[in-house]
Amino acid sequence: MSVDILMPALSPTMEEGTLSKWLKKEGDTVSSGDVIAEIETDKATMEVEAVDEGILAKILVAEGTEGVKVNAVIAVLAEDGEDAGSVKSSSNGAAAPAAAPTEQRAEPSESAPAPKAESEDAPAAAILSDPSIPEGTTFTETTVRDALRDAMAEEMRRDETVFVMGEEVAEYQGAYKVTRELLQEFGARRVVDTPITEHGFAGLGVGAAFGGLKPIVEFMTFNFAMQAIDHIINSAAKTLYMSGGQMGCPIVFRGPNGAASRVGAQHSQDYASWYGHIPGLKVVAPYDAADAKALLKAAIRDPNPVVFLEHELVYGTSFPVPDLDDYVLPIGKAAVKRAGTDVTLVAYSRMVGFALQAAEELAEQGISAEVVDLRSIRPLDTATVIESVKKTNRIVTCEEGWRYMGIGAEICASVVAEAFDYLDAPPARVHQKDVPLPYAANLEAMSLPSVADIIAAARKVCYADQE
Amino acid sequence: MATKPKSAKKAPSKSTKADMLAYYRAMLLIRRFEEKAGQLYGMGKIAGFCHLYIGQEAVVTGMQACLKDGDQVITGYRDHGHMLACGLDPKGVMAELTGRSGGLSKGKGGSMHMFSREKNFFGGHGIVGAQVPLGTGLAFANKYKNNGNVSLAYFGDGAANQGQVYEAFNMASLWDLPVVYVIENNQYAMGTSVARASAEVELFKRGISFEIEGEAVDGMDVLAVKEAGEKAVKYARSGKGPYILEMKTYRYRGHSMSDPAKYRKREEVDDIRTHHDPIEGLKGQLVEAGHATEEELKDIDKEIKAIVKEAADFSLESPEPDPSELWTDVLREVESV
Repeated sequence: MSVDILMPALSPTMEEGTLSKWLKKEGDTVSSGDVIAEIETDKATMEVEAVDEGILAKILVAEGTEGVKVNAVIAVLAEDGEDAGSVKSSSNGAAAPAAAPTEQRAEPSESAPAPKAESEDAPAAAILSDPSIPEGTTFTETTVRDALRDAMAEEMRRDETVFVMGEEVAEYQGAYKVTRELLQEFGARRVVDTPITEHGFAGLGVGAAFGGLKPIVEFMTFNFAMQAIDHIINSAAKTLYMSGGQMGCPIVFRGPNGAASRVGAQHSQDYASWYGHIPGLKVVAPYDAADAKALLKAAIRDPNPVVFLEHELVYGTSFPVPDLDDYVLPIGKAAVKRAGTDVTLVAYSRMVGFALQAAEELAEQGISAEVVDLRSIRPLDTATVIESVKKTNRIVTCEEGWRYMGIGAEICASVVAEAFDYLDAPPARVHQKDVPLPYAANLEAMSLPSVADIIAAARKVCYADQE
Repeated sequence: MATKPKSAKKAPSKSTKADMLAYYRAMLLIRRFEEKAGQLYGMGKIAGFCHLYIGQEAVVTGMQACLKDGDQVITGYRDHGHMLACGLDPKGVMAELTGRSGGLSKGKGGSMHMFSREKNFFGGHGIVGAQVPLGTGLAFANKYKNNGNVSLAYFGDGAANQGQVYEAFNMASLWDLPVVYVIENNQYAMGTSVARASAEVELFKRGISFEIEGEAVDGMDVLAVKEAGEKAVKYARSGKGPYILEMKTYRYRGHSMSDPAKYRKREEVDDIRTHHDPIEGLKGQLVEAGHATEEELKDIDKEIKAIVKEAADFSLESPEPDPSELWTDVLREVESV
């Protein structure tokens, strides 16, 4: 009986990868544990070990093939005594692609190209009009991951006091590959692998900022920053005030925030409202690659502590990034990512993608939704939100975090206080259900806010189902 | 009758007459300043938490004598002595205690939160143990900039049981950072004695598993502190990495001003005061060595009292901060990007 060798999933969020190299050839004898191939995802290169023994009868996916779906049959193993020449795949699993790159990248064109979304839940964000981008600027499709890396690299080239530290940022090339190749360019003095010691290295980073450096402290995820929250709040955010203005703390705390995929409650949480609560901090949570790059550069230059919330599930998504030498945006300005007239959808981070997709579907249902990307949680650009609400008269807030004391609560309070007379319906909030995030696929999906939730909330505030 | 202070029996130190007089003056300033602060607290002029340094003066005085310009100091909440030793203006320190605009933090920090960039004093931190990674970060910046400076991170026997201290030890040793950890073991973390809180009571050994050298020092003897400090600072400055000094010291007053003092006997405090007081000890040595007469030392006392009186007067005359100060210093302005 032959055994299919399947393309393995190497991380919770991996959907496809590149089969970069075969280390065994057809006809080779393979023992359990032998490394048979190397697979590259957008995060890492990993070795694939055989789990059965036998003879490698057939290689179905040639090395160098990109976009191989998880669970596609990549080879077939003949068991002892079997005729290796006659085996065939027993599986009708996901079809392996032909041995040619399948990913199509949009070429940059004169105007902003239609951005390509890597996953189906991340529709394109259109740059409506950004006055900081000169007319005629070309754009390059870039993943959020690479945009963040480019931002750090550019700032490290510009300012010798900028350095990055955290777990696996250097030799491993970043747990999520965000610091990829920084070690090669800047060396171990400026790209510093730390022990697993969040409380300690966050405090050390703050001390280094007091000492005249500009640290970028990477948390592997913001869940682990809970260990370090005392230094983020008590040491970094408050010291300027407590010192009567003497002790600035120019530091960036960055890393993935919010839900990941099937990692359970302790590894999936949106901390925007936690840090958003604290005077003395700036809190940034961009969605697309251009904002991620421009705002991270601003965060690194900022003389204040900045909590920079990224999203693992958006790292791999590509967006057009302007080809400018020094693209920086001010922190604290929201952006209208889609214009509309009937309802305002306010979101940040990954939920912007959901809101844009909801707006697309609402348009088909005859509802014109405007999507406001907050981009910054503190300062919070309520002026842009209120301006939009004055036009649409209805608002739905969208966040991955819990409703209680959440970002939506803050926005709704501002809107009610400042645009009460403009509202044609009570504000609605879309958010995670009020439970720790469950592991089971169905429960996890029920717990997290969805595009359907946004559509339902938008229809509700538009009284669309009551006529 | 007071017996002869123990430290006076020691072999003559390398410290000169001028050094010894300077230490005497520095320790006395801290003592009188703190006595005055205690008084003002009792009068309701100083509020909140106020942790006095009386009894521990030899530690900061001796260590400060080992530093050069550019070296940094950081400590916890029992910080008035460190500020004065670093050369911060007593008027500004006292006015911060009274919460006035003339305070070093414009009245917005209080007893536990004062800083001076100019004097390289980095606080003043209220969370027990937080200053240890922060001070290690200052050392990281020194090494990054290769500026030859050393950071002194002070903490108490109580903070020595915080996990972040060991996270910092690990990185400091791993990366050979120029930091000297000065453990001020005053025997009690609030009301809990070292023996009741620490499995290993010899705190200088706490660095062993991080390969950090350490030693215990008589923290009631400024000359012994100076001698050990010189060695430790030199070690750190030479690029060999961190060093731990455990200063065996004692605080005469309560943990803070609201201390019931039920955890130790009056006789214990009296015994230390009588036999091990750092100021009386140095005074004995100065007189014995013929460096100063009782009269000359009394003159110094008068000078110090005048400085402290001036500080206290200033701290009461300085107005409360302007209401507009409520909103300043939350964030720094961003230069145009």
